Amino acid sequence: MADNHNQGDAIKEVGHDHAHDHGHDHDHHHDQSFISKYIFSEDHKVIAKQFLFTGIFWAVIGGLMSLVFRLQLGFPEMSMEFLRPILGGWITEAGKLEPEFYLALVTMHGTIMVFFVLTAGLSGTFSNFLIPLQIGARDMASGFMNMLSYWFFFGSSVIMFASIFLETGPASGSWVIYPPLSALPQAMSGSGAGMTMWLISMALFIISVLLGGINYITTVINLRVKGMSFTRLPLTIWAFFITAIIGLLSFPVLFSAALLLIFDRSLGTSFFLSEIYIAGEALHHQGGSPVLFQHLFWFLGHPEVYIVLIPALGITSEVIATNARKPIFGYKAMIGSILGIAVLSFIVWAHHMFVTGMNPFLGSVFMFLTLIIAVPSAVKSFNYITTLWRGNIIFTPAMMFSIGLVSMFISGGVTGIILGNNAMDIQLHDTYYVVAHFHLVMGSASFFGMMAGVYHWFPKMFGRMMDEKLGYIHFWFTFVGAYLVFFPMHYIGIAGFPRRYYAFTNFDFTKSFTDLNAFISVAAIITVFSQFVFVFNFIYSIFRGRKASENPWGSTTLEWTTPINPGHGNWPGEIPQVYRWPYDYSKPNSEKDGFGDFIPQHIPLSQTPHSNLPHEKEMLERGGNNEDEIKINEQ
Amino acid sequence: MIAGNTLDNKAEFIEEPQETLSMHPQKFALWLFIVSIIMLFAAFTSAYIVRRAEGNWLEFDLPNLFWVNTIIILMSSASMHWSLILAKKDNIDLLKIAVVITSLLGFAFLVGQLYAWKDLVASSVWFAGEQSNPAGSFLYVITGLHAVHLISGIVFLAIVLVSTFRLKIHSKRLARIEMCATYWHFLDILWLYLFGFLLLNH
Ligand code: HEM
Ligand SMILES: [Cu+2]
Repeated sequence: MADNHNQGDAIKEVGHDHAHDHGHDHDHHHDQSFISKYIFSEDHKVIAKQFLFTGIFWAVIGGLMSLVFRLQLGFPEMSMEFLRPILGGWITEAGKLEPEFYLALVTMHGTIMVFFVLTAGLSGTFSNFLIPLQIGARDMASGFMNMLSYWFFFGSSVIMFASIFLETGPASGSWVIYPPLSALPQAMSGSGAGMTMWLISMALFIISVLLGGINYITTVINLRVKGMSFTRLPLTIWAFFITAIIGLLSFPVLFSAALLLIFDRSLGTSFFLSEIYIAGEALHHQGGSPVLFQHLFWFLGHPEVYIVLIPALGITSEVIATNARKPIFGYKAMIGSILGIAVLSFIVWAHHMFVTGMNPFLGSVFMFLTLIIAVPSAVKSFNYITTLWRGNIIFTPAMMFSIGLVSMFISGGVTGIILGNNAMDIQLHDTYYVVAHFHLVMGSASFFGMMAGVYHWFPKMFGRMMDEKLGYIHFWFTFVGAYLVFFPMHYIGIAGFPRRYYAFTNFDFTKSFTDLNAFISVAAIITVFSQFVFVFNFIYSIFRGRKASENPWGSTTLEWTTPINPGHGNWPGEIPQVYRWPYDYSKPNSEKDGFGDFIPQHIPLSQTPHSNLPHEKEMLERGGNNEDEIKINEQ
Repeated sequence: MIAGNTLDNKAEFIEEPQETLSMHPQKFALWLFIVSIIMLFAAFTSAYIVRRAEGNWLEFDLPNLFWVNTIIILMSSASMHWSLILAKKDNIDLLKIAVVITSLLGFAFLVGQLYAWKDLVASSVWFAGEQSNPAGSFLYVITGLHAVHLISGIVFLAIVLVSTFRLKIHSKRLARIEMCATYWHFLDILWLYLFGFLLLNH
């Protein structure tokens, strides 16, 4: 890693004083120990990399776990003896996977992927890295809180990781931890210490998300450089900003659910428990409601899926516009649809609970609200496609992954509309159809967005390029692989295969799908192993990659005006001010102004008289760069 | 606009970009923190309503001490406001006393809540165990969590007190005590909401 330019500490001032005094001297060198530079760093770029490395670590763990349970599902007769060196006692005498461990694996896989990889690894990496760089700030509003955010995540990770090695196994009641399974330590072996550690880990995780989110929102609102109005923010920033707001509003609710669950487990309250017999013995719990937990959980759970997705959509907007060399189609519609999705995401949670015996009328209300989400989602898909339409497309690996995201988002979104009908959902709920739906729309789409982000901003992060050929190989294996794995799951879901079953060998109706299940497993193995092409490329390129130029993709945004290896404080001199929106790609007549097919955001309008649009000319004639003034005059 | 053609001869002038809106970042972050606390209690109180609608709900009277505690916390808000005025007037000696009074009133509120809990237990409203009912458990969780936040408010007051002794709070440096006041008044209003909510729904 090469962060060795301009280690100034003037940045600390920025956080405390005021946003816009960038007259500090950033060139004096300051000896920082390895620890304060790379470990307990307050520099947003270092923290972003810490999130990225931790996220990749978790992705590897989560991916390998999925291989184990895919082997079990695809080849239920197979001997797992070869896994004994790793899994030890979780392999039975007969060389089989312990059924309870199967449940532990799917639980950990879900938790890791949703929270640790696609929330912390995605938002944590790119919000931290891009917000200050793209809005023209020297760092986050509070570097210290930002550092705490990472270390809470780290602590949470350590606890979750340790729980995997418990003798009684980690939490096993699935990532949604419904009571009573999760509330009664005696319910199954994973409900004991494993569940306790899960709850502690998630409590730390929530603190981390809140600390990070408060910082992102504060930074976006308060630390923008002069000229960076809200209508000139890159769509990445809009996405991170809205994501942070959703997180701030929904994670406290998960915290409350977890707290009540802890009381039920450890102190004997009955919030979620009522009239339960275990092994013939009646428990004292009276008057609790397990459905109440589901309400609290999904009030976070549904917004959470958008917390995972929206940053990926933001990254895609940026990468697609840059590599299609076209302004994003419908910039304001893109902002409007993110806002629409954010608002709607809070009023649809009960579509996960259609079969809890809810009043059918209430179910219809939630169906109606749920289906409305298709509208802003469709606006976004439409705008991506129209941006690509007749664009001068450059197929970089990042661009491939972004287009892949659009494809996954559409394929997975369509099945969401089917699941959103409460009558249909009674048949499909808790089958592999749901698994297919969310792995395409959330798992794959967000993963593709994350990969697009890594390939695209790698040069800014490490000053080197990733290898393109390996990037293409990685893309095609992942893209084809994801469809081969998740598409057939729709069929077995419609056929009635329930989720979270250890084996289907006891049923007759499953017989005709045995081969398909084996096929999915083979595809999954290949897809997971092809991810190591990426891991290799990533690590190799950090040290040996081709040296990057200052603006390798010809982008308009501010991060590419920093030195190749930006130091603490990001810009050695003054921060460039902003005079235009971020999508001036292929603007007519820009060559007459001496620019190629893009005009960066920091170029004043007065320097581009030939390519200015009518409203920009008018703005100049009024003697400034003031958008509000025009609006006032129009009235 | 600034005259000059530094970069390009074609340019007659460099236009001046607009200032962006901007607030005190730490104060802003405090407001966001308050939003997350509001969501936490919104979750508890809506869970309370949902659970109560399902029946099997123990009805009982709220301890009368809650009324006394409400008056105490309102007084603490008043003395917090007084502290702020004193800080603005640079009356540092009185300021120290006012901050101490505010903390003591906060403390008194906590002790009062503890006695209110004792009254509840005396009338057999349990937090947990065989005879407990979610109605009682909710009451303890809601008041308990408010108390936890109030403790954090007292810690904040302690920080402010130390800062006044170090002469770091005066009419030119108000940010810290202003934030403390915002948080303290918020905890007061939060209690009024919770108490009103419990009065209406028990
Ligand atoms: C048009 C848009 C969408 C609609 C109408 C929709 C609808 C639904 C419905 C009704 C379910 C519940 C199925 C069941 O459990 O029976 C569901 C599950 C799920 N959806 Fe969507 N969805 C949409 C988009 C998305 C998006 C964009 C994401 C994520 C980025 C997502 C992630 C999930 C997840 C993770 C689950 C399963 C959670 C679980 O039970 O473990 N969905 N969706
Ligand atoms: Cu949902």
